[in-house]
This record gives sequence, structure tokens and C-alpha cells, in this order.
Amino acid sequence: MAEANIKEGKEPLCESGSHYQAAFRYMLLARIFEERTASLYRAGKVVGGVFMGKGQEAFSVGLALALDQSRGDVYGPLIRDQAGRLAFGEALIDAARTYLGSVEGPMRARDGNVHRGDILKGMIPMISHLGSHISVVSGRLIGKRFRGQKDIVGGVCLGDGATSTGAFHEALNQAAIEKLPLVIAVADNQFAYSTPSERQFACADLVDRAIGYGIEGHSVDGTDLSLCLETFAKATARARAGHGPQLVVGHLLRLCGHGEHDDAAYISEEKKQGAFGRDCIEVARQHLIDSGWSTSDEIEQWTSEIQQQVEEATLCAQRESGPDPFQETWQALATTRLAEGLIEGSPGQ
Amino acid sequence: MSITYLEAIQAAQDRALGEDDSVYIYGQDVGSFGGAFKATKNLAAKYPGRVIDAPISEDAMVGSAVGATAEGMRPVLEMQFADFSTIAINQICNQAATQFWRTGIPCPITVRLPSGGTEGGGPFHSQSMEAIYAQYPGLIVLTPATVEDAYSMLLEAIAIDDPVVFCEHKYLYYHLKADQLPDQNLPVGKARIARAGKHATVVTYSAMVHEALRAADELAEEGWDIEIVDLRSVKPIDTDTILASVARTGRLLCVSEAFPWGGVNAEVISRVTSEGFHLLDAPPKRLNAKDTPIPFHPDLWKTHRPASQSIAASLRDLLRY
Ligand SMILES: Cc1ncc(C[n+]2csc(CCOP(=O)(O)OP(=O)(O)O)c2C)c(N)n1
Repeated sequence: MAEANIKEGKEPLCESGSHYQAAFRYMLLARIFEERTASLYRAGKVVGGVFMGKGQEAFSVGLALALDQSRGDVYGPLIRDQAGRLAFGEALIDAARTYLGSVEGPMRARDGNVHRGDILKGMIPMISHLGSHISVVSGRLIGKRFRGQKDIVGGVCLGDGATSTGAFHEALNQAAIEKLPLVIAVADNQFAYSTPSERQFACADLVDRAIGYGIEGHSVDGTDLSLCLETFAKATARARAGHGPQLVVGHLLRLCGHGEHDDAAYISEEKKQGAFGRDCIEVARQHLIDSGWSTSDEIEQWTSEIQQQVEEATLCAQRESGPDPFQETWQALATTRLAEGLIEGSPGQ
Repeated sequence: MSITYLEAIQAAQDRALGEDDSVYIYGQDVGSFGGAFKATKNLAAKYPGRVIDAPISEDAMVGSAVGATAEGMRPVLEMQFADFSTIAINQICNQAATQFWRTGIPCPITVRLPSGGTEGGGPFHSQSMEAIYAQYPGLIVLTPATVEDAYSMLLEAIAIDDPVVFCEHKYLYYHLKADQLPDQNLPVGKARIARAGKHATVVTYSAMVHEALRAADELAEEGWDIEIVDLRSVKPIDTDTILASVARTGRLLCVSEAFPWGGVNAEVISRVTSEGFHLLDAPPKRLNAKDTPIPFHPDLWKTHRPASQSIAASLRDLLRY
């Protein structure tokens, strides 16, 4: 496996009580928020869909916490990265607003659910087409290189299914050629919608692909927060230090349907009982207690604080207005002079 | 001094690189080799690190350009042939074209498409893709027909804050020459009357402007005065100039080298019939390439696409009505 490449240099161990606690709280916030959003979806208050990151929070938060928005790092989350988005710096209210169609949200209700971001703050607003955001993150790194900005890392997230796209291949190869400081986090959750991994790829571990691209690879148990924090800290440090793209594959299981419309009846009991079927939040909670970093009372306390926070955010977003079609500009171009419909004599609207 | 359409494209990129250090060029073989058609000749040496060879990855080329704009860059991409931009359609139409509307952050990329047929080009090195891109909201699609337009419109494309698909015609690369590059020109979005006339209007663009001009010469010998509107930009379309011309002539023929289904011709006819029905003395006509892939052999190719003879024949039909 490509992991064998990575030997030199002991990276500073990132596991400290406070760091771990912070990571855990983002995971918990994501989980509770997504559960609330799912129930709003079932109540018909959220249209479109709800896509949860249940079971993937540790892996997601691992990458995001290794990035530093304030120094210019870039982040390209995907559908199951609520935890990572929050850890990178997304305000909970922006997530709530986008799900609930508030005009105050970053996408102004023009786009919804997971299709949100903040370009100016370095968070790519994903489009649906899987794999296509990887090269966008690369482009930002290329742009920063032109601008003479140094020591910056881009992190990008995807699932096992997205590794089958041409866009993934093109982007990894391009990033490798350009030796970009890009960390590619692949959450191998054993399914792409209903399609099991054996119908998705034929290599033993997706990390093996790193060799083919000439980049460094890391494989990690995605249910273990300690390992996720450590692996991403290492991968990010390698990227920052000029060692080029880092492919990090996390092994885990999607503990929910593809979206909340899907009961995931196709996920076998065997998989659920398997090594990667455990819930990363439970694992982390136990670790906090076992290591003496937190007590269960403390965790209970956080949980109720977070529930309160989630309640406030979703209520606030629900109270805000939705979009008004009559206030819409209906203009897709930045250059008003060239927008069809506004040109003199072109079809009036 | 005489300058070709291709040299004008090289000169525009040279000037853009020289004037704005946020401009860079990215495409296959564009570096020291100077591009498959030499549209970036000498630029890599003149602007070190800013004219970059890309892998054969059209999707990643455009995706990375979109990302670079967020850092204030203004990338110019060269597709080796327009036909290969199909690989990048997702990034152009779904990533670049939606960004401003979704986020309010402009996406100033220019994608150059060496377009259209040449002898021996065949099915996959000859396509005219403007209608496909024009169909998507959020893109500007330019189709220059003259050396002057190739130069000024490419400079304008690079300066525009939106994604621009720049369809430059390969047949015009070497065939077309001008004495000098323009200081001033019509802005993007305005059509041009390439020839004034009074009996019928031909609305066309790109290489077909020149076929239409030849057809008009032929008809002039028969006593007909044909007006030719060169669209210059197919999105937006300058409907004003088209309607004004049809008001003068009462007859409309649309000519395009693209495949017949839908497209620019259909769009122009639709606008003229819905907004200028009363101006028409005859049903509008259109002439496109045939509804088959583009043939390799020159004899087949010449018949596949509209040319001065078929345009003249269509005009005679139109004038007889
Ligand atoms: C190019 C493309 N094809 C199909 C889809 C529809 N789709 C959305 S999510 C998904 C499954 C994704 O699986 P994976 O990449 O493993 O991520 P996961 O959902 O497991 O996190 C599919 C097929 C899409 N969004 N993009």
C-alpha cells in the first residue's frame, strides 16, 4: 500500500484533550443538526432532500480541523461533510438557511441543502456533479501560487463512488503534475447510493491509486477520531511542506440512507456489525471518558447546549422569508449590459 | 503590414498577458510549442510561467480555471479543437456558468474553441458548438468573422467578468488577412452590417459571413441587393440590428455551419417571427450543415456545409416567393 511511502518525520501528535474535545463537539453539532433537519424534512418543512454524514463525522472533521481558513487554506466539502464544514468555519445558521430556503442564506435560496459555500472564505460551493470540485480546489491553489501565497493547503472531500468519475482522474493527475498542496479525502463508506464498493472499483484499497498518480497515500480507520486527526494532521503537514498531493482514504460505513428518502435496506447486517460499522461518535465519546478528558455529565451538558443551538438556528431560518420571485433579478451574468432580456430590443420579459 | 485572423488571436493574448498579470494561458501544447495552431506562438518565452501546458484533461483544465478566478486570476483556456470541449461541458455549463447566479461571485474565464470545418477535418475536428453553449444560462458566446473582431473581441472576452466561450474559426485562421489591428471596434453584443442591401437579409456569423458575401456578389450580378448581418456574438444576440435589417428588406435567410436541429438559426427565426412577423414578406428560411456527422472527404464536406452556391440558391428561392 501507498502508505508505506510515508515514513520520515514524526509529525507533532495532534491528540490533546482540548483538540479532541473540540473535534468531538463539531461532530456532535453536525449529528444533532442533521437529525433535526431530517425531521423537518419528514415534516415537509425542508424540500429537495437531506443528506446526512452519519458515521462519517470523525473523518470529515479530521480534514477540516487540519486546515486553517484564516491563513488562506481552501476547503471543498461534499454531501456528507456537515461536521467538516462547521469545523472549517461555516456558521450553523448558514446551513439551516440553505436547507430551509431562507433568502438570508449564502445561496439566497437559489440553491439548497448541501450545495452551499462561501467562495470568499475559501469554501467551495459544490455543484452536484461528483468529482468536479476537485479541480476547482486545485485551481485555487494554482491561483494562490500565481499570487505568491505560500504554505497554503487545499482539502477536498468525496466518496468512493466519486472516485470512478473521469473528473476525479483528471483532477488527481493534474494535481500530481502541478505538485499541488492538495489533500484528497476519500470516505469509502462501502456504498455509493445503493451500489456496493465491489461494483465501484476493483483495487484492494482505493489508497493504492496513489501510486499510479505518483502521490502519497494514507489509509485510515474512519471511525476512529484519534486516527483521523492524526492522519490528516500528517497529510496536511506533508502537503504544506511541499510533498505534493496526499490521498487519504477513510474506511467506514454510511450509517443512514443515501438521503432521508432512502431506508438503505440494502446495507446488510453483516456490514453493520463489521469492523467499520461502529458509530464514530460513540467511539469518540468513549475515548473522551476513558482518557479522562471529559466526564459523561460534561458530554450531556454539551449535548443539551448543542440541541438548544440547533433549535435556535432552525427556528431563526424558518422565520426568515423565502425568496420573492418578483424581487429576483433573473440574471445569470455579472455583466448586466450583456444579459439577454436586458439588451435593447431583445425579447422583453 | 498584413495580419491574419490567427495572428490577431495571438496578438490579443500577447497584449492581455502584457497588460494584466492576472491573465494566464492554459491548454495542451500551448507552452514552448506555441499551440497546435500556433495561436500562442512565442508567448511562453515572453511570459515565463504564465503560458502553461495542460495534460489532456479538458474537465480539469476548466475546473481549475474556475478555481483560479476566485484568487483574482483571469485564465484563458485553449481547447485544442472545439470538438474536445465536450469533455469540459460539465465544468463550463454547470460549474462556470452557474457560479455567478448561485453565489454572486463572477467567474471570468475565457475558453477558446478552434471551431468549424476545414478540408479533411472529419467528424471530430470540425464541429461548431456555439449553440450548445448558448443554450446554457450564464455564458457569453462569441463568433468573430473578421481579423479585427478576432482581436478586439478576444481582448474584450478576457476583460468580461463572465465565462466566455470564444468560437474562433479554423478556416479563417490563414485565409483572412487585415492591414492592421483595430484601435476601436464595435463592442461585444452588437451585430454588424457586413454588407448593406435592400432585397433580402442574410443573418449569419463566423466563416459563413464570407460565404454569404460571395453569394451576395453572385446575386448582385442578377440585380439583387443582399444585406448581410454578421452577428459577431450569438449570445447575446443583437435582435435590434436583425429586426431593423428585416424591416428594410422584408426577407430573411439564416445561415450557420452548425447542425440543423435548434441552434442559432432557429433562435433568430423565432425572434424575428415573434417580434417582427409584420415585417416579413416571405416565410423566413434557414440553411445549416446537414444532419449527419461532418464528413472527412473534401467533396463530401463541401456539400455538407452551406457554401456560397447553396446560399445563393436559397436566396433565389426566398426572393422568388
Ligand atoms: C456525476 C454524477 N453522477 C451521478 C450523481 C448522482 N449521485 C449523487 S450522490 C451519488 C452516490 C455517491 O456515492 P459516493 O461518491 O460513494 O458518496 P457517498 O454518497 O457514499 O458519500 C450519486 C450516484 C451525481 N451527483 N454526479
